[in-house]
Amino acid sequence: MSASTDIIDSEPESWFHRNQQAIAPWLFLAPGILFFVVYVIAPVFQSFNLSLYEWDGLGQAEYIGMRNYEDLYYEWVDRDAFYTSLKNNLIWLVLYLLAIPAGLFIALLLNQTVFGIRLYKSLFFFPFVISQVVVGLVFTWFYDPTFGLLNQMLGVFGMGPINVLGNEHLVTYGIIAAGLWPQTAYCMILYLTGLNAVDPEQIEAGRLDGAKGIKMLWYIVLPQLRPATFIAFVVTIIGALRSFDLISVMTQGGPFGSSRVLAYYMFEVALSEYGFRMGYGAAIAVVLFMIMMCFITYFLWSMYREEKGH
Amino acid sequence: MFPTPIEKQPKAAQITYKALLPVALLLWLGPLLAVALFSVKPDADFVNANYWGMPSSFEFFQNYGQVFFNSDMPRYMLNSILITVPTVIGAVALSSMTGFALGIYKFKSNLWIFFMFVAGNFVPFQILMVPVRDLTLDLGLYNTKTGLVLFHIAFQTGFCTLFMRNFIKALPFALIEAARVEGISEIKIFWYVVLPLMKPALAALSVLMFTFIWNDYFWAVVLTQGAESQPVTAGITSFNAQFRAAYHLMSAGSIVAALPPVAMFFLMQKHFIAGLTLGAVK
Repeated sequence: MSASTDIIDSEPESWFHRNQQAIAPWLFLAPGILFFVVYVIAPVFQSFNLSLYEWDGLGQAEYIGMRNYEDLYYEWVDRDAFYTSLKNNLIWLVLYLLAIPAGLFIALLLNQTVFGIRLYKSLFFFPFVISQVVVGLVFTWFYDPTFGLLNQMLGVFGMGPINVLGNEHLVTYGIIAAGLWPQTAYCMILYLTGLNAVDPEQIEAGRLDGAKGIKMLWYIVLPQLRPATFIAFVVTIIGALRSFDLISVMTQGGPFGSSRVLAYYMFEVALSEYGFRMGYGAAIAVVLFMIMMCFITYFLWSMYREEKGH
Repeated sequence: MFPTPIEKQPKAAQITYKALLPVALLLWLGPLLAVALFSVKPDADFVNANYWGMPSSFEFFQNYGQVFFNSDMPRYMLNSILITVPTVIGAVALSSMTGFALGIYKFKSNLWIFFMFVAGNFVPFQILMVPVRDLTLDLGLYNTKTGLVLFHIAFQTGFCTLFMRNFIKALPFALIEAARVEGISEIKIFWYVVLPLMKPALAALSVLMFTFIWNDYFWAVVLTQGAESQPVTAGITSFNAQFRAAYHLMSAGSIVAALPPVAMFFLMQKHFIAGLTLGAVK
């Protein structure tokens, strides 16, 4: 090889050559770290700082200490906005997790080898590939009280019509249902891949021991699907807390702010037409960040244990 | 295999399964099929409240022609391409290097840097929103495709690094050691030894990134406005405002907007799923 001649050369090696293995990783990391720190890491701290100010995005920012957080806690500025958002975030978190058992169910249904099953798998996965904006539009029409498919079907049973997105008690559930559609597809594909790798010998051994159906699933298959379940859990939690697109497209937080979540409320406060309250928005973002941080810490801790285990 | 293969079940179960499969699929894709049906209906059907019957005439070319030749849609599509493609290239390039550094070299802060990328990838967008918007304004890149591309590259580097590092870590390390014994420089090891082995990862990551970036809505709304730079996810809202209550056109527009990632998925299915399910199997 031509490169090896470098070493045979009688000239003394340069400093760079001697320390190559210590320097090289930093050279490879430099551009990535630079971008990531400027656009992701630093902004997190900037937002923390900004949450202590009152700022309209243009003029001079005024330091007000913890007042933004007090405003949130006592809801002095927007009645009912913060706690409604917080409550909805909680509903999202809990109900979104239904995507995991639902995805497992569909995966079990499709884990067969009949003719055309590959196409079925792809088509079941389809909703995940479509942008949430389009999913939102599709479901807005699905729920439409005059012509929506949902009310057509309810009509067959002599029920309805119900205006899901116009009803403050139903609206969040309606949006979550729309979100569950692609999310279930995602969990399904994770489980299909996982099922593919399940050890057939263990299944056979289980069968010989008389395990079947639910018991087999619970004691033999699910433990082997743990990595898939972990990833499904991570992406579903993150997805639930990131819910923004669907709310923005389907209801814009309405009716009367009843479908807001923190992510949407923050956007509304900081950038929408009601005025640019950047500091107040940053405070909301910090609250959301802290909630997310609980999960991120758990994920990282799991990864850390795994890394050390190797 | 679990559950028990259907061929080993009684005949009746087999027939039921095969009959129910298409029904389940129809129900699953129902909302989408409804939009597809809407998109080929003539305007008159909506005026006459014929929402769910057969289209009184088949207006595929008429409706989609409107979308392509009589709206800003082609513009938005072009913007989406000009945002998505550079982002994919940038993020994949940056993360092949970071992934290589974190996957191959042992140094003290390795795991911490790795965790920084992973944690950053999970943060809520809102905590970045105001500072990133200000930075983009200060750089004079607000409402430009470049501004959006730079942010996307930076943010996606987090996920891509996670992906690349895990992939590279699974490669046989003996190859690298052998190359080092030969005296090959580290940069050449990266370029000639590792990069060729990364082809499946590069492909998987590229299709995934394409879909993620194409479907981004939040940052499009935060960093751009107007038809000259907005991607199609944000543009569809203005499109719908332009054709308010023209359901046939809004449906056609939505389908056009959703199509590129769908096509990408079907063409590159193997890579797409390999990318999405990395780590789902040990």
